Amino acid sequence: MVARRLTRPWHAVVLGMLAAAWIAWAPLPAAAQERSIVMASTTSTEQSGLFAHLLPAFKHATGIDVRVVAVGTGQALDMGRRGDADVLFVHDRQAEEKLVAEGFGLKRRDVMYNDFVIVGPQSDPAGAKGKDVVAALAKIAEHSASFISRGDRSGTNAAELRYWKLAGIGSPATRFAGYKECGCGMGPALNIASSMDAYVLTDRGTWLSFRNRGKLAVLVEGDSKLFNQYGVIVVNPARHPHTKTALAQAFADWVVSPAGQATIASYKVGGEQLFFPDAAS
Amino acid sequence: MSAATASALISLRDASVAFGAVRAVRNVTMHVAAGEFIAIVGANGSGKTSLLRLLHGVVAHTGSRDVPRPSAVQAMVFQRPFMLRLSVWNNVRVALWLADRTMPRALRDGRADEALRRVGLGDLRDRPARSLSGGEQQRLALARGWAVRPGILFLDEPTASLDPSAKNHVEALLADFAADRMTLVMSTHNLGQARRLASRVIFMDQGRIGIDLPTAEFFAADTPGRAGLFLKGELSWLLDG
Amino acid sequence: MGALSESFATAFRLIVHGDPTLVRTVALSLAVSGSACLCAAAFGLASGAWLAVARFPGQRGALLALDTLLALPSVVVGLLVYLLLSRSGPLGALGILFTPTAMVIAQTILVLPIVTALSRQVVADALRDGGDQLRSMGAGPFTAALLMLLHERWAVATVMLIAFGRAIAEVGAVMIVGGNIDGVTRVMTTTIALETSKGDLPLALALGFLLLLVVALLNLATVLFRRGAGAPAGDLR
Repeated sequence: MVARRLTRPWHAVVLGMLAAAWIAWAPLPAAAQERSIVMASTTSTEQSGLFAHLLPAFKHATGIDVRVVAVGTGQALDMGRRGDADVLFVHDRQAEEKLVAEGFGLKRRDVMYNDFVIVGPQSDPAGAKGKDVVAALAKIAEHSASFISRGDRSGTNAAELRYWKLAGIGSPATRFAGYKECGCGMGPALNIASSMDAYVLTDRGTWLSFRNRGKLAVLVEGDSKLFNQYGVIVVNPARHPHTKTALAQAFADWVVSPAGQATIASYKVGGEQLFFPDAAS
Repeated sequence: MSAATASALISLRDASVAFGAVRAVRNVTMHVAAGEFIAIVGANGSGKTSLLRLLHGVVAHTGSRDVPRPSAVQAMVFQRPFMLRLSVWNNVRVALWLADRTMPRALRDGRADEALRRVGLGDLRDRPARSLSGGEQQRLALARGWAVRPGILFLDEPTASLDPSAKNHVEALLADFAADRMTLVMSTHNLGQARRLASRVIFMDQGRIGIDLPTAEFFAADTPGRAGLFLKGELSWLLDG
Repeated sequence: MGALSESFATAFRLIVHGDPTLVRTVALSLAVSGSACLCAAAFGLASGAWLAVARFPGQRGALLALDTLLALPSVVVGLLVYLLLSRSGPLGALGILFTPTAMVIAQTILVLPIVTALSRQVVADALRDGGDQLRSMGAGPFTAALLMLLHERWAVATVMLIAFGRAIAEVGAVMIVGGNIDGVTRVMTTTIALETSKGDLPLALALGFLLLLVVALLNLATVLFRRGAGAPAGDLR
């Protein structure tokens, strides 16, 4: 029925489309799917580059592929509750323990910590520089200096709000005009702070790999309150029987093992170690 | 009368067509007999096209439209024929396919070739149909209509937008079809054409049939009233043909 | 802008080195969006043709709803498909969340209204010109509509290019249902989003240029294809 002259170009179009469909589906042969787990973690952890260093070592040791879905802590924990991930790797101890208490996760274990720092304009208009994070925040509020908050229920955001509370400021948004919430990840928050010459609480890892620093520099560091504890949780098979519990457990076991801990310690950015292993031995 | 109606291909009884408030065809009663070549003439807006479509059965109507042998294929040629963006050949093949989905491919191809040869477009069969001239496209429309072996061929002012030589070409083909005893119903505002080709002329006036006579009588009589005025208005055209 | 020129240089370098990760990312973008457009074409063209000729109660409302869906935000589609495919959701047992399949489903849903609404318009307009002729030739309404899709195949190709552009440029849906997993569900747009959030703006911009370049090449291929198949030059339809 169709004109003969059209059949040849149409063949090319159909072939091209079939190729597209094949490429979309082919890269996931069943075998690869089997020896793999989905790990929900945070954007800041992924952006620190840790996984590119850690996961190949794990795969080499066990042959298991770890597929990282990097989202905010809140969403990562939600993925655990929904059963969309096999293992969780986040840094908000209170929220993690709550999830385990609710029965969505098996035992929570310490893995490592990194630390937060406060970066801000080198000119430091609020005089926040020092070793005391609570005092620094109080000064920032007093001067109504620009402060960028992630405002996204992430582990970093949760920590930030805890520090404000320690400084006696229950709801910083209502207390001083300089406080701005972006509802965004660590990188975008740093971008905004850089362009506005504002203060921002960030994990050291993201800061070390951040390229768009502008006039920002580290102003507050070393306070023990700034240490950011990471925990690993295997999703509870009683709640979600389809999850790959054995493989997920293999990851949890490996990452707290001497081999895993050593791999974590060996990850450096610009010669500096980012994460400090602290699994209970 | 009953003999005529018994062998009629299409019978209209008190049929009307209205588009909203406008009544294009009013209470028309007529029959189309096999082998006739009917020319429907009249001023613009007199209802020629609507009557044509009514006979063809592609427009909503009140009153009755009877087609005693409904299996007979009908085809219609419009003033400006619509061609699909396909080749000349494929346009004819689509028409054949639409008329009979079960026709074997080889037969369809053969009929398409035959139709194109009949109208003299055999050489142009692989060209894009829309690249043909006006006259050629009208001949293609005739090929498309003829290919499906219609019991009746309807034509709506088929030569109105053609130059004289293309018009002659088309008229020759129509005369040919008529000679093969195809039934044709054609609307035209060209009285000379009606006189040359038709066996029967119907004059439409404001949606009604004013006069309905065999051609010779239509043009012989001293027609009174509005019909007469119409004819006299066309007199100079009659001489030019 | 320094960032702009640095981006051009980065883009050039990326192309020349043919970095395998980049190639895989581009291929995945093309495959996901291409497959989505294929599916959307299958459902959308037929639906659009049908809508152009169908007469049913509530038709005005249906068309209004369709036009509203043209403005469907990609994140909303992503969220809805995520909830559908989540293990806790109705289709969780399929286990296709965080796979390219989920991304194709999300993008198909995203561009389906575009394909349906625009093809409906194309067919309706074409039927205004030639519907009478086709009907007189014995075509039923849906047959006539399908013939008009064939008749207006270049307009249909344009519709599909629009749909493809929308699909390959979106980030909200594929980010949520794909998870931006390195080596598995990471496409051009999610890579750009990632690099931006890491603060590597020149690289993000470079990838943006590459994405545009890929789409431009596709458009060029379509134009050449049309010339080859005999469409009149300069005829946008």
